[in-house]
Amino acid sequence: MPELTYLQAISDGLRGEMRRDKRVFVIGEDVGVYGGAFKVTLGFQEEFGPWRVLDAPLAETAIVGGCTGAAIMGLRPVAEMQFADFISCGWDHLVTVAAKQFYRAGTPVPIVVRLPSGGGFSGGPFHSQNPESSFAHIAGLKIVCPATPEDAKGLLISAIEDPNPVLYFEHKHLYRRIKSEVPEERYTTPFGKARVHREGEDITVVTWGAMVYTADEAAQQLEQDDVSVEILDLRTIIPWDRQAVLESAKKTSKVMVLHEDTRTGGFGAEIAATISEEAFEHLDAPIKRIAAPDTPVPFSPPLEKAFIPQVEDVAAGLRELAEY
Amino acid sequence: MAIAREAEPVSSLREIREAGLDREDLFGIYRNMLLTRGVEERGHILYRQGKIPGSFYTGRGNEASVGVATAMGADDVGCPLHRDMGVHVTRGVEPWRIFAQYMGREDGPTRGRDGNVHMADSQLGLLAMVSHLPAMLPVAVGCALAFRIREERRVALGWFGEGASARGDAHEGMNFAGVRRLPVVFICDNNQWAYSTPTHLEYACETLADRAAAYGFEGVVVDGTDVLAVYREAKRAIEKAREGGGPTLIESMTLRMEGHAVHDDAFYVPKELFEEWAKRDPIERFRTWLRENAEMTDEEEDDVSAGVKRTLTQALERAEASPLPDPSTITDRVFARAEDLDTPHHK
Repeated sequence: MPELTYLQAISDGLRGEMRRDKRVFVIGEDVGVYGGAFKVTLGFQEEFGPWRVLDAPLAETAIVGGCTGAAIMGLRPVAEMQFADFISCGWDHLVTVAAKQFYRAGTPVPIVVRLPSGGGFSGGPFHSQNPESSFAHIAGLKIVCPATPEDAKGLLISAIEDPNPVLYFEHKHLYRRIKSEVPEERYTTPFGKARVHREGEDITVVTWGAMVYTADEAAQQLEQDDVSVEILDLRTIIPWDRQAVLESAKKTSKVMVLHEDTRTGGFGAEIAATISEEAFEHLDAPIKRIAAPDTPVPFSPPLEKAFIPQVEDVAAGLRELAEY
Repeated sequence: MAIAREAEPVSSLREIREAGLDREDLFGIYRNMLLTRGVEERGHILYRQGKIPGSFYTGRGNEASVGVATAMGADDVGCPLHRDMGVHVTRGVEPWRIFAQYMGREDGPTRGRDGNVHMADSQLGLLAMVSHLPAMLPVAVGCALAFRIREERRVALGWFGEGASARGDAHEGMNFAGVRRLPVVFICDNNQWAYSTPTHLEYACETLADRAAAYGFEGVVVDGTDVLAVYREAKRAIEKAREGGGPTLIESMTLRMEGHAVHDDAFYVPKELFEEWAKRDPIERFRTWLRENAEMTDEEEDDVSAGVKRTLTQALERAEASPLPDPSTITDRVFARAEDLDTPHHK
C-alpha cells in the first residue's frame, strides 16, 4: 500500500472518481492552470480538459449556484472554495437553494463543496476558520471532516456518490503533515460511522479533524499517569454517530468534547446535550468542553496559539476529568 | 442613450409564421394566457375564502410570459418566478396541481412543503424558485453549464425582476455565463415596482438590457404586453444560445397590475399609471390581434374561453379533494436517497 499525505489522498480520490465517472467535474478559483491554491487539482486540467476542470471567476455565488443547477441536470460537481472562509459568499446558495431543494421540490442536489479549513499558520480571521457548526444547523446538508489520509479518500468518494449537498472540510494543517498508507483501489468510507482512533477505558474524547492529533498527544501524556483515554474521531458531523458516542460514554463514564471551532453553539454542545439526555446516569463527571474562545481567529502567533486548543489545554482538561 | 435593441411588434400572420407559429399555435397561446389569468383569479377567490394559507401572489399584466415558454424546446429548462404562472401553465403543469399547491395539499408539486408559486415540476423541465431573488439565475447558468459540458443542444432560461437586478447573484450569474458563452437566456420581468420601490430607486441605467453589453452579450427590450413580440425575441435568443451564440438578456416591460401580494393595495402606484397600462392588457391586446390578423371568429373565441372555464372548475374540485399532508411525515425526505436520483435529468 502506498503512503500518501492527506492532500495526496484527496487528489487521489478525486482523480479516481473523475476517471471513473464522466459526470464528475471540478470548478473553483484557480483550480485549473494553477492546480488550486493548495495544489489538490495539480495536473487535473491536462488530464481532463478545461470543461471538466473549470477556472471560475472570483464568484462563490456563481460557483455554488452553478453547481446546484449542474447537479440538478445530472452532473456531479465538486466545487473548491479557495478557503473554507469564503463559503460565506456562497451561503445563500447552499442554505437557501441546495439544502432545501429536495425537501420542497423533490429534486436531489448532489454537490460536493471542498473547504480547506482550519488554522495553525497565521492565516488570520479570513483564512483559518472552521465553520462546520454553522452548517450543522441547516437541515439538508451533510458535513464531513476527515482526519486521516485513508478517510480523506474514502469520505470524498462517498461524498461524490451521495445524492445530497455535502460539505467536505479538509484541514489545511493536515495537508502535508499527516502521511499514512492509503489503499490504491477505490473504496468508500460510510457517513455517520465514527472511528476509534485510540482505545481507552477511563475517559472518552469526542473530536474530529486536526484535533484528533492534538487529543492523541494529550492522551499519550495521560498514559504516563496511568489514565487510559479513548479517542473517537467522528469523521462526519452530519450525520454523526450517536451510538458510538453513547456507547463509549457509558463505558468510560467521563467525556470531553473537543473542537477547533468556537465554543458557543459549537457542535460539541450538541454532543454534550445528547449525552446528558441519553446517558446521564452513566456519567461520573460533568461533560468537559474544550474549544476555541468566542473570538475571530487572531493573526499574531501567540494569539492564534491561545485560540486553537493546544495539547496542554487538552491534557489539563483530561487531568481534571481524571481527578473528578 | 439606450444600448440595447428595441424589439419590433409582430404585425401579421405571415410574420409570426416565419417565427415558427401557425394559426393553431396562436390559439394555444391565447388559451394558455386565459388559463394563466384564470388560475390566478380563482386562486384569489380561494384566498379570500380562507382556503389558502400564507400569502398569495399574482402576475396580472405579465401573461405574455406564455410567449417565452412557447419558444422553449421540449428539453430546455427554466426557473420561472412568482409572476410567471404562464410558464408553468404552458409547460403543462395541470391547474388542479397548482390549486393543490396553493392550498398546501399533498398533490401540489411541493406536497405542502412549500407554498404559493414556489413550485415546479421537474418532469416538465422546471426548477422551483426560492424567495431570495434572483438566486435562480446562477442556478439556470449552472444548468446551461451542464449542457455545455455534455455538449447537448439544450438551453436554460432564468427569470428575474427589475428589483432583483440589484443583487449580486444577477451580476455573478450573467458574468459567468458571458465568460463561458453558455446557452442561457435571461428574462427580466420589468414590472416597474419592487414591492413599493419604483425603478428610479432600483437602478440608474436607462434600461436593464443595456447591462448585457457589459457582460459581452446582447440585450433586447421588448414590450411585455405583446405576447407575439415576447415569443419572437425569446425564440431568437433561445435558438441563438442553442447554436453556440451565447446568452441574451431580454427585458420585458410591463406594469404589475396588482399589489406585491394580495394583502397589498399598491396605494403607492399612481392611479394614472394603472389606467394607462390597463389599456395595454396583454390578453385583450392579443384577442384583438387574433380578430384582426387571424380572423378569430366569435365561435372560436367562445370555444377557448368555455374550455378554460371547464378546466378551472374541474381543477378546483379535484384540488379540494386532495388530502392535506400527514404531520407524521414532517421529517421524511430531508435527505435524498440514491434511488431518488432517478429523475429524467439523472438518467
